[in-house]
Amino acid sequence: MADKPKLVKCLVWDLDNTLWRGTILEDGEVEFPEEIRDVIIALDSRGILQSIASKNDYDLAWEKLEKLGVAEYFVHPAIGWGRKSDSVKDIADKLQFALTTIAFIDDQPTERAEVNYSHPEVRCYPAEDALKLTGLPEFTPEFVTEDSRRRREMYQAGFRRDAEKETFNGPDEDFLRSLELVMAVKRADEVDLTRVEELTLRTSQMNATGVHYSDATLRALLSDPDNEVITVTLADRFGPHGAVGVLLLEYHDALWHLKLLATSCRVVTFGAGSVLLNWLVDEAAQAGAHLVADFRPTDRNRMMDIAYRFAGFTEEPCDCLADLPALAEADRDVKRLHLVADRRPGATTMTVTAPALAADRAVRAGARA
Amino acid sequence: MTAEQTELTAGEIEKGLRGHLDSVLNTAVEPDQDLFKSGLVSSMFAMQLVVHLEETYDIAIIGADLKLDSFRTVQAMTELVLRLRAAAAGADA
Repeated sequence: MADKPKLVKCLVWDLDNTLWRGTILEDGEVEFPEEIRDVIIALDSRGILQSIASKNDYDLAWEKLEKLGVAEYFVHPAIGWGRKSDSVKDIADKLQFALTTIAFIDDQPTERAEVNYSHPEVRCYPAEDALKLTGLPEFTPEFVTEDSRRRREMYQAGFRRDAEKETFNGPDEDFLRSLELVMAVKRADEVDLTRVEELTLRTSQMNATGVHYSDATLRALLSDPDNEVITVTLADRFGPHGAVGVLLLEYHDALWHLKLLATSCRVVTFGAGSVLLNWLVDEAAQAGAHLVADFRPTDRNRMMDIAYRFAGFTEEPCDCLADLPALAEADRDVKRLHLVADRRPGATTMTVTAPALAADRAVRAGARA
Repeated sequence: MTAEQTELTAGEIEKGLRGHLDSVLNTAVEPDQDLFKSGLVSSMFAMQLVVHLEETYDIAIIGADLKLDSFRTVQAMTELVLRLRAAAAGADA
């Protein structure tokens, strides 16, 4: 079976005779086909970002896009007189996307050639293919989740947030507090699981074990009373960040085993990992349990290592570790970080809503007794 | 380890650190000021400090040295840097 083509994460549109029919500077009026609007909306709802690389007068072109009611769909539009290869590269850099995930559509073969000459990895499409795009596999993600549908919104909120951070003078915590962050920790249900799987696939940077849990494995754990599958979402006054974390926890008698903690690198700067760990430590303390976290160091998850250590986890031995099954041969490089849980004060930088793990566990134990 | 690197004194490290904190926090900090308690520094910022110390002083802060307390004050960070640089110099000698 042939490999599926790499998904496009951002499509860059030319304007004249591609997005609309006509040349706005020469014709004054242009015709905008409703079918093109449908394509823009469809790609947006699939979580594919869209931008513009057009040789045009910025004010005139942007005003037209606003009038047509589609301006909001484009991030980092490059409308000016520079080379399109530079525009495309600039858009990719601003989004922190690899060029292999960028597509470019233009009616002019010379423009497509110019972009491809500098960036052969950018996939180029002629304007007449515009209506076919939504049927192509590279524009058809396997998962379309709540977060995909809001991805553009999340990026746009991110731009506003970054702009504000640049102009903010003062202590770090004050800035975080000014964002009015709200973290919602909840037990996953069936619907959340697709997001969890998408997240574990996308967040290699902050995945503490590097283990990928399949949908089937996670689904089985949902109904297991000794396991918790927990998702974390974050929002602030600029908008949603969507699902930013997932946590897999298994209860043993004397210890809680944190088998997986993955957080999105988008929210590292908010200290989301530390807030989450502190909440968990506090819950374990209420249950009188030790905490053991599996950690596999990689060259990309250093921040997670630091978050564990700063939360108080160490590699010192403890009798409770004997309760855990031995690591498989393939997982010999996994460290078991241990902590005698103590009560922790709530987060000062964000509002956290979370299930009462310790209390729920006590109720369950009472019912069994 | 070169002589030039081992010559750094506590005073110089302290001065460098305070300069760095002044510029990123836009406020002057005292050597013994508790950066976390004063709310000047979040645990996230402490993570950036780890990276800053490693790059500036050519050290690796790993394992048991990654304690929040080691980053609580300018003095604590200075001690950490001196100790790790001395250990690295000793290992190289």
